[in-house]
Amino acid sequence: MKTYDLTELALRNLRESSLRNSLTTIGISVGVASLVAMLSLGIGLQKLATRHLAKSGLFDTVVVTSRREMRGFGRDDERNTASAAESRTLDEPARQEIERLPDVLEAYPDIRFITELRYQDKPHLTMVSGIPDSARSNDAFAGIPGTFFSSETAPEVILQKSFAMELLGKTPPPGQEDDVPVNDLAQPLLGQELTMRYAQRVSSPSPMGEDTPTRVSASTDLAESWSDEAYSVISREQKLKIVGISDLDPDSMRGAARARVFLPLKLAQDLRVMQPSDVRDSMRGFSKQPSYSTISVRVKNPKQVEAVEQAIKKLGFNTFSILDATRSLRQFFAVLDLFLGIFGSLALAVASIGIVNTLVMAILERRREIGIMKAIGASDGDVKKLFFAEAGAMGLLGGVVGVALGWTIGHIINLGTNIYLKRQALPPESFWSVPWWLVGAAIVFAFIVSLVSGLYPAARAARLDPVQALRYE
Amino acid sequence: MTIGPVHSKAPSSHNGTPAVRIVDLCRHYQMGETLIRAVDGVSVRIQPGEFVALLGSSGSGKSSLLNLIAGLDRPTSGAVIVENRDLAQLSREELARHRLRTVGMVFQSFNLVSRMTLAENVELPLRFAEVDRSQRQALTRKALERVGLGARRTHRPSELSGGEQQRAALARALINQPKLLLADEPTGNLDSRTGTEIMNFIREFNQSLKMTIVMVTHERALAERYAQRMIFLTDGRLVDDQSNSATVATSLQWERR
Ligand SMILES: Nc1ncnc2c1ncn2[C@@H]1O[C@H](COP(=O)(O)OP(=O)(O)O)[C@@H](O)[C@H]1O
Ligand SMILES: [Mg+2]
Repeated sequence: MKTYDLTELALRNLRESSLRNSLTTIGISVGVASLVAMLSLGIGLQKLATRHLAKSGLFDTVVVTSRREMRGFGRDDERNTASAAESRTLDEPARQEIERLPDVLEAYPDIRFITELRYQDKPHLTMVSGIPDSARSNDAFAGIPGTFFSSETAPEVILQKSFAMELLGKTPPPGQEDDVPVNDLAQPLLGQELTMRYAQRVSSPSPMGEDTPTRVSASTDLAESWSDEAYSVISREQKLKIVGISDLDPDSMRGAARARVFLPLKLAQDLRVMQPSDVRDSMRGFSKQPSYSTISVRVKNPKQVEAVEQAIKKLGFNTFSILDATRSLRQFFAVLDLFLGIFGSLALAVASIGIVNTLVMAILERRREIGIMKAIGASDGDVKKLFFAEAGAMGLLGGVVGVALGWTIGHIINLGTNIYLKRQALPPESFWSVPWWLVGAAIVFAFIVSLVSGLYPAARAARLDPVQALRYE
Repeated sequence: MTIGPVHSKAPSSHNGTPAVRIVDLCRHYQMGETLIRAVDGVSVRIQPGEFVALLGSSGSGKSSLLNLIAGLDRPTSGAVIVENRDLAQLSREELARHRLRTVGMVFQSFNLVSRMTLAENVELPLRFAEVDRSQRQALTRKALERVGLGARRTHRPSELSGGEQQRAALARALINQPKLLLADEPTGNLDSRTGTEIMNFIREFNQSLKMTIVMVTHERALAERYAQRMIFLTDGRLVDDQSNSATVATSLQWERR
């Protein structure tokens, strides 16, 4: 029989005993729906996690350090490879070279220092960090009370919540910091001024005349390079305007974000604040150029992190990225998807028993019809294909309805959760994703499961002896 | 004019290949301890264009023999040769083809598919034969018109009288233009008037379409009136085989008209 005729007859037969067939189809739909719902949730959660992690800058960032610093720690893998030619200083030319590498978005030095900040004449000692302009879209800074820095060199600061509390003299017992709303802190602090006291590094001899430079001979032990390697440190002050308060937990963050006060990176660079690495470098007698302890490299796409890392290593630096963490995260989601998929498939398996049942019942009921069809010339194959087509049609229909159902259920759950999130004053999230491939795969899967379920009934119908079938009245 | 029925052995006057040749055919059923010999060593030749009645009491093996000729069943031993092919040797697939192309069947209980309309029932063998859709419509209409059911094509079997259902079954049996029409008590469920109507159709197919007819009946009168030859079965054995001169005469009359 031709496929078109088969389909037509199958659909016709399904329509005839529509109640039972639609119940079976609903069974398949529910199975498919639960499969789709489960997997969509898994995929959605994965997307959500990846989105957040991507925003946090963890996955597209490579941290570059000089090999020299590592050597001191006696790392096994560095011992042989780091010959003098290979190990380079992490200075401005190196930064520019890294920035020119393909797929690199930007490379910026991590500038961090501990210094004193005065607020209403009270000194506070804390860690200050330079933040690149690209952090504007970061989770930690997007949607904070106040604004991001108005320009790359604006004399402005963003405070970390706990530091803001410290400034206001509100020190809740440990563990209850989270209970203080950020907005309450922002109210009295935004627009206020801080005075930062810091040590500026000036090349020797000092060009400054007006200040009295506190001359520090950083390399007194190395007499031969005394005049080249020495520089001055001048005590300076800078007024800074508070523009924002960040809710971010400093301990959970990487690199530059591990601080309690944030400055625009350019400003921090221009101020030429004395950094711990300066002292170290001059002690070792390296170049006059300021060197960076670490450089953060942002890569266009997390996928290119590995390649960029390799390229930077070739330049003679050490690199670190969170790539390994993504790998284990992906692994986690693969396992989660697998489990959700198994649960969804179980529902579909139960539904497939329904198909077998319906078709076996149909054979008993349509014994005579099968006998008639055989008597007037239907081959075993025709009968088999007809039952197959009926199973397939139920599967296809159930698959389509099931995907729609699963999609709807997912949206309802998403909606409900977002209402809950809103009540908790949290931003809405979409942890639900039905990719097109899942729609297609679910329908195909339902179709295949139905065909497999139809295997036994179809074979049984085909084997039916027409003489026996027609003897029954 | 011949006076009275002339009893003679199977006609040997026909030459050439018979439409059906049955050689020492057996169909036994094992029912627990007992062996039921539904067909037990039957040998017979049926010539092309013959109208044969299979007679015998209930349980004498008429249906069993007919089913073997139809290729619905397989013999325990012996041969059924139709168109030079022994049905006993055919595969299941080939047997289905035989049922589709070579024979048309009608039954006592009509055996129409109840969930389909008349047109769909008649069209069904065309679907199995993979005839083009465009041709199917026309062929179905023609077949239904031939049995006077042109106006009832969209009706379901349950909406029709027994006679009408059997006419639809005849239309279905004819749709693939088989050479052999096998009828198992086609008038058994009908009153005598509608039965006559059906028998007239069958006789017409025999005479104008030159179809070979094998009809099972237990009504001797019916067989004498329409069949050219009567084969008697008792307990699965062929006990008598006679030509029916009266019928031959009428059929000649028919042809002369
Ligand atoms: N499938 C079967 N199993 C067992 N016995 C059968 C079967 N089919 C027919 N018979 C027996 O074979 C004999 C002939 O049956 P059948 O050909 O139907 O007779 P008829 O058509 O002449 O009434 C009967 O005794 C019947 O009981
Ligand atoms: Mg019978």
